[in-house]
Amino acid sequence: MENRYELNKNLAQMLKGGVIMDVTTPEQAKIAEEAGACAVMALERIPADIRAAGGVSRMSDPKMIKGIQEAVSIPVMAKCRIGHFAEAQILQAIEIDYIDESEVLSPADDKYHIDKTKFSVPFVCGAKDLGEALRRINEGASMIRTKGEPGTGDIVQAVRHMRLMQSEIRRISSMAEDELFDVAKQLQVPYDLVLYVHDNKKLPVVNFAAGGVATPADAALMMQLGAEGVFVGSGIFKSGNPKKRAAAIVKAVTNYTDAKLLAELSEDLGEAMVGINEQEIALLMAERGK
Amino acid sequence: MKIGVLALQGAFAEHRRMLSSLGVESFEIRQKRDLERSYDGLIIPGGESTVQGKLLIELDLFESIRKDILSDVPVFGTCAGLLLLAKEIENDNRKHLATMDIKAVRNAYGRQLGSFHAKERFEGVGIIPMTFIRAPYIAETYKNTKILAKVDDKIVAAREGNQLVTAFHPELTDDVSVHEYFIDMIRRREK
Repeated sequence: MENRYELNKNLAQMLKGGVIMDVTTPEQAKIAEEAGACAVMALERIPADIRAAGGVSRMSDPKMIKGIQEAVSIPVMAKCRIGHFAEAQILQAIEIDYIDESEVLSPADDKYHIDKTKFSVPFVCGAKDLGEALRRINEGASMIRTKGEPGTGDIVQAVRHMRLMQSEIRRISSMAEDELFDVAKQLQVPYDLVLYVHDNKKLPVVNFAAGGVATPADAALMMQLGAEGVFVGSGIFKSGNPKKRAAAIVKAVTNYTDAKLLAELSEDLGEAMVGINEQEIALLMAERGK
Repeated sequence: MKIGVLALQGAFAEHRRMLSSLGVESFEIRQKRDLERSYDGLIIPGGESTVQGKLLIELDLFESIRKDILSDVPVFGTCAGLLLLAKEIENDNRKHLATMDIKAVRNAYGRQLGSFHAKERFEGVGIIPMTFIRAPYIAETYKNTKILAKVDDKIVAAREGNQLVTAFHPELTDDVSVHEYFIDMIRRREK
């Protein structure tokens, strides 16, 4: 199993510097692939629509996911509910490339996450601080993303989560080794993981930004704050010109420090998704699963 | 010696780490401006070939890089890099730099569940660890292309002149021998 875990972390390394896009149909998946997505997330409803519809949100129909697997040659991810290991088993059975144990769906377990070490396929999980990230890694996640606030088009939470993670990493890196035992206790994670962060000044797995990315500038912001790649959910197919916006975000992630190029990329993209400010929303998805 | 590492998407940082552990200087190529610096060798990393292939064209890097490869500047492509260099891809109608006489098969081992580790002989180097991630392999080689490694009878490394490709990822292991092999290719050309 140790071997599998290494291979699964390795796949996340191959996604770095790329954009993973939410898609709901094979046609959208093809648009995403042609626009330069390094992977797609197959789901029935994008977060903005889940938010609008309300009610219980579950894993997507496997048939719909298979349709997307057939449509594209890049890796295909899909979401299961937090703690819903049976949904994860189903996704593994259809040979999904990555499972997102996601707070975007309604949690199935309010105490336990999935024991991801029991699976052969890789998992990505959301986190809003270092403790959450390391707890998910300890449970077997081979990739981390910020939770952000999905379906809002508001970047503020993703920024908050990424800044918090990075500042905690910097703090731990500068601590004495004998202080790390107490950090492990506070974060409720094994000492070894804390020691890894201390020694390497980074998470032991790849860390992407997610939740609220809507523009090339948002993507560049997250990359400059230390993200290794970006998930874009509602931001693309809820906008006026998905094709153009998707391609612009891909290029913004590759050249995230070149303001001149970013200016060109930001031109004439049409309507961005209509955002909702965090004060205006009733449901904070980021509070699901700690 | 200076090596340019194509940094459009994928595992370019891992290659740079490998080079720096061998004391070789490298820099990232993300846009046209970066090609103003000269390089003695070029690495095309793993990642998604569709993304890198598209960005090569849209960021206006395609022609210059192809010209350099055709004028014999040593190039090393891993995984997606192999696909970018292949003249033919059996199960994909996309063609990219298409400079090397090989026919590749994309995602040849299936999805992530098909990813695996192996240990095999690499011609002129010895037995080395190999990491395959949603990897391609080479179905056929043409002209002067030399086969350097096989796993289960499938070709996973080859060389034609100063072009070197591996279907696996030496940059994900601690074994530096394939990078040393590439650096040696550059040194021999400089002589």
